[in-house]
Amino acid sequence: MKPEVSPAAQVESSRSPRASRDLTRWWTLTPVTLWMCVLFVLPLILVLAVSFMSRTSFGGIEYSFSLDNYSRFFDSLYIKILWVSCQLAFLTTVLCLFIGYPFAYIIARSPAKYRNLLLLLVIVPFWTNSLIRTYAWIVLLRTEGVINAILLQLGLIGSPLTLLYNDMAVLIGLVYTMLPFMILPLYASIEKLDRSLLEAASDLGARPLQTFWKVTLPLTAPGIMAGTLLVFIPSLGLFFIPDLMGGSKSILIGNLIKNQFLSARDWPFGSAISIILMALTLLFIAAYVRISKDKAGKGLM
Amino acid sequence: MMRLSLGRRFSVFYAALVYLFLYLPISILIMYSFNQSKLNAVWTGFTFDWYGKLFQNTAVLEAMKTSLTVAFINTIAATMIGTLAAVGMYRYHFRGKMALEGLVFLPIVIPEIVMGISLLALFSQLHVPLGFFTLVAAHITFSVPFVMVVVRARLAGFDKHIEEAAMDLGATPWQTFVKVTLPVIAPGVIAGALLTFTLSIDDVVISFFVAGPGSETLPLKIFSMVKFGVTPEINALSTLMLIVTLCIVFIAERIQQKNK
Repeated sequence: MKPEVSPAAQVESSRSPRASRDLTRWWTLTPVTLWMCVLFVLPLILVLAVSFMSRTSFGGIEYSFSLDNYSRFFDSLYIKILWVSCQLAFLTTVLCLFIGYPFAYIIARSPAKYRNLLLLLVIVPFWTNSLIRTYAWIVLLRTEGVINAILLQLGLIGSPLTLLYNDMAVLIGLVYTMLPFMILPLYASIEKLDRSLLEAASDLGARPLQTFWKVTLPLTAPGIMAGTLLVFIPSLGLFFIPDLMGGSKSILIGNLIKNQFLSARDWPFGSAISIILMALTLLFIAAYVRISKDKAGKGLM
Repeated sequence: MMRLSLGRRFSVFYAALVYLFLYLPISILIMYSFNQSKLNAVWTGFTFDWYGKLFQNTAVLEAMKTSLTVAFINTIAATMIGTLAAVGMYRYHFRGKMALEGLVFLPIVIPEIVMGISLLALFSQLHVPLGFFTLVAAHITFSVPFVMVVVRARLAGFDKHIEEAAMDLGATPWQTFVKVTLPVIAPGVIAGALLTFTLSIDDVVISFFVAGPGSETLPLKIFSMVKFGVTPEINALSTLMLIVTLCIVFIAERIQQKNK
């Protein structure tokens, strides 16, 4: 076959800029669109569909339509789990904010030559495996652990303390895992803060605390909101921290979902809880976008 | 004057305290991977035994192999898809661009567990057996958005006119991409690739749902080992993983610093 006859070659030889531009556009954007549609959108639609079905007695899925899974979730037991896990995630967020804000402020106001190094030191633990970071706390807190060993050796306690397998341990694990996610957006917004505004406030007679409340805090609010979102949402789903550090009663919404899929084998109910968790997440994000006017979600990246 | 220095001293003290909180647990973990005592609470002497034991543990070695292979394939595929997409999104305006933006933004913000179970649901409905293949597919899915974000950040400072000039001079869009765009965004591409590699090596939640019986990754292996109790072997394994991750992050930082 002569090359001139084939339509593809014709396009190539005529070099119509429009045609080849379309071809490149196709090549750059089709893989991502296809991939994300098949492995991200389709699975979510599937979970949504399954959430309206019911479980067969063998742990399979019965193809029917009902809202039972959702009404079941609003039973006292499950709502309580959601409530407790929201409380835990909220407490984690608040602790991260209180520890992280002064810290981010100090780094942002440190001499410029140290700033990058100080920030890098925050990011390093954030790049290490969250499971390993959890495990490190188990090594510290368990009955035969490092803290108990030191306290015993110093004679401060007679018998080992129970530091692990309770809500306090879960909270420590969550704060430790999530803290860098709070510090980074806070740092970004505090660093951008125009110092002359603070000077102006104090020149006009504002006391340091007043300046903080009326100038610093409102101007760094986007960072606070981004950090809150980045800590709160993942805190709800990190099932392995309560699994490894919590007592039998410490259960997050993430554990509930995991159990429905892997041990109770009630996929429809598990799907319904996932949809509720996702709806909650999207609600938070919508609120964030609305309040912070950060339409592209830049503060979250 | 006195007050300022007091404030500064307090700042240094506070920052040191937070750094201590961040680093103490990891440091102790590393330290105790060299401790002779199996109970690992009291220091009895220095040893490399636990590392030796680790390299005789076939299950751990198998998991290490799985993790590295998955991370490697994921890095290549996700970097290619993500880089092309970032360039396409930067170059062209088209209908549905906002929808595509959302499609890429969402996976970063929705809870990982939702992504994990939705992939599990997909694979089981399509009767794809869980294993190596599903693991790789899942990792690519959560990695692509991160590559896009990193490469796009690099593209943001890139002068569109250079691309246009190349095309005006007769280069095809593909030639323009290889000869003009790619060299400029290369640091972003490399940083994105290294990022996906660490994300893949460290992922727990999503892998947990899509790994099959014969395809346990290293974090999943650690998870099941920790459930059975704390041993110095896990300390050694964790230390090795920390070192690998930190090396990659260090290289990525160097590349980005150099090109700023």
